[in-house]
Amino acid sequence: MKAQTQKNELKAYERVLLARDKERPNIVQYISCLFDSFLELSGDRIAKEDASVLGGIGFFEGRPVTVIGHHKGKDLEENLSCNFGMPGPEGFRKSLRLMKQAEKFHRPVITLLDTSGAYPGMEAESNGQSTAIAENLLEMGRLKTPVVAIVTGEGCSGGALALGVADKVWMLENAVYSVLSPEGFASILWKDAGRKEEAAERMRMTARELLEDGLVDGVIPEPEGGIQKDPQKGMEEVRKAIRQSLEELDGIPGEELARRRQEKYLHIASCSAPGQEEA
Amino acid sequence: MAELFEERKKTFFNFRSFRREKAKKAEGLPKPGDEKEEVACKACHKVFGRGEWKENLYVCPSCGFHMPISGKIRMGITLDEGSFQELYPDVKGGDPIHFPGYPEKTGKAREKTGLSDSLYGGLGTIDSFPVLAAVLDSTFFMGSMGEAVGDKFVLLVEEAIKRHLPLLVFASSGGARMQEGLFSLMQMAKTAAAIGKFRESGGLYLVVFTNPTTGGVSASFASLGDIALAEPGALIGFAGPRVIRQTIGEELPEGFQRSQFQLEHGQIDKIVERKDMKGVLSQVLRLHGNVYEGTDTKE
Ligand SMILES: [Zn+2]
Repeated sequence: MKAQTQKNELKAYERVLLARDKERPNIVQYISCLFDSFLELSGDRIAKEDASVLGGIGFFEGRPVTVIGHHKGKDLEENLSCNFGMPGPEGFRKSLRLMKQAEKFHRPVITLLDTSGAYPGMEAESNGQSTAIAENLLEMGRLKTPVVAIVTGEGCSGGALALGVADKVWMLENAVYSVLSPEGFASILWKDAGRKEEAAERMRMTARELLEDGLVDGVIPEPEGGIQKDPQKGMEEVRKAIRQSLEELDGIPGEELARRRQEKYLHIASCSAPGQEEA
Repeated sequence: MAELFEERKKTFFNFRSFRREKAKKAEGLPKPGDEKEEVACKACHKVFGRGEWKENLYVCPSCGFHMPISGKIRMGITLDEGSFQELYPDVKGGDPIHFPGYPEKTGKAREKTGLSDSLYGGLGTIDSFPVLAAVLDSTFFMGSMGEAVGDKFVLLVEEAIKRHLPLLVFASSGGARMQEGLFSLMQMAKTAAAIGKFRESGGLYLVVFTNPTTGGVSASFASLGDIALAEPGALIGFAGPRVIRQTIGEELPEGFQRSQFQLEHGQIDKIVERKDMKGVLSQVLRLHGNVYEGTDTKE
């Protein structure tokens, strides 16, 4: 699952900017391109509808799947209505509800990650942000149905990971995935948010670095200049990645999938992993 | 994590100017022979001798502030005397993203604390009831979670499953260990997976939130307990107060994200003062006696 080698090597922060680019396709475009007859489903059944997480059921190449992902919105109006893709606990609970539903009806789950993080607000904290994220992590880890996650843009912090525990984790070539933004990293560790480019280089947040580190399973190639330059072409690569993952996971019983995923995550990012022995 | 650091720095300078002579940072460990040495309360700034702090379980005799304590002290005041038997003391993290200065910093922290990393744990008993107990020690990198914490957490949970023991975790953490990049974030999924496995084994998982428990630890294993207790005044939350303040652009209400707030918002079961903690834990364990009939920690 190696990415095609490209001649032009972008700097890590250039990829951060590509990943955040407003012209980059968002979940709505992925859904309309890759999933037929999509039915959006709403609400966490407890408190409210959180539009920063979009989810529903559709056909992928003729088979029903559940699709869930962050929704940042295209313009300011949409940004505001979906809170810039930053979920509160209700968004995470909605996603968990849809995942359990997918498990019940033997549908694979496809998640699309694109968020600058969980929403840091008073209401989110008051309504159990931590627990909502934690329960998602736990339950995704033992879902008895295939789970494929794709980081399409910005995969940042627990807000991204809460939709990202999967049998196969893909990243688009210019997507980034990190514990926090390079700006936040620089400001916390160096007290200087201005050193964001340097932080991005240091953090190992690009797709190919994370593939090397064994933290993601594959890189999806993008057209020159990013998927925003030729969305149709880029989407075909995403389609191939989903197809390949589902073919690999098909036929594995649910219990076995859950057991393997649990094993994967019990040993992910481990100090005893190859290449990670203490220097 | 940053605001926590700032807060600690500020308090440190506050009471350093308050008692300029030789007042020690409040979370420092007591050393033999200096029981008379004076330490100021971080909250009310009143000064007491180390002996008095110790006798009062490191809770301020004047205002009730619960001082952060090391894992060793926590085990000492929670478990039956002499019952603690440390497990996996040597799990050390590496330097997965080769972050400049990180190995030196962890080296120094290991030297200073005698710990291999911030998670400390092992076997012990509470009123003779066997448990597997673990503490995130905030004296080591503010209890932050990197690969060593994640790996050791898995080992401890598997030990609890194997020995059929209840799992007791005292949480205290500034969040993810940022110097480990995405490796640190993945520990959230790892520790949650471990608790998933523990749940399937039918074991009892008790969490005690202590001050502060934020970020990646709060949003993973710490918030997955069957029963969640908290010390008074503990800051508990995913996003730190400074980040929230910046986002919403207004001051936060008094007590926001503290234990009382979390109790009122349905996030924890009970607030328990340090002096009562062992008793409450013992009660919880006895109430689950049916689950653990015949369990013995002895090998
Ligand atoms: Zn006091």
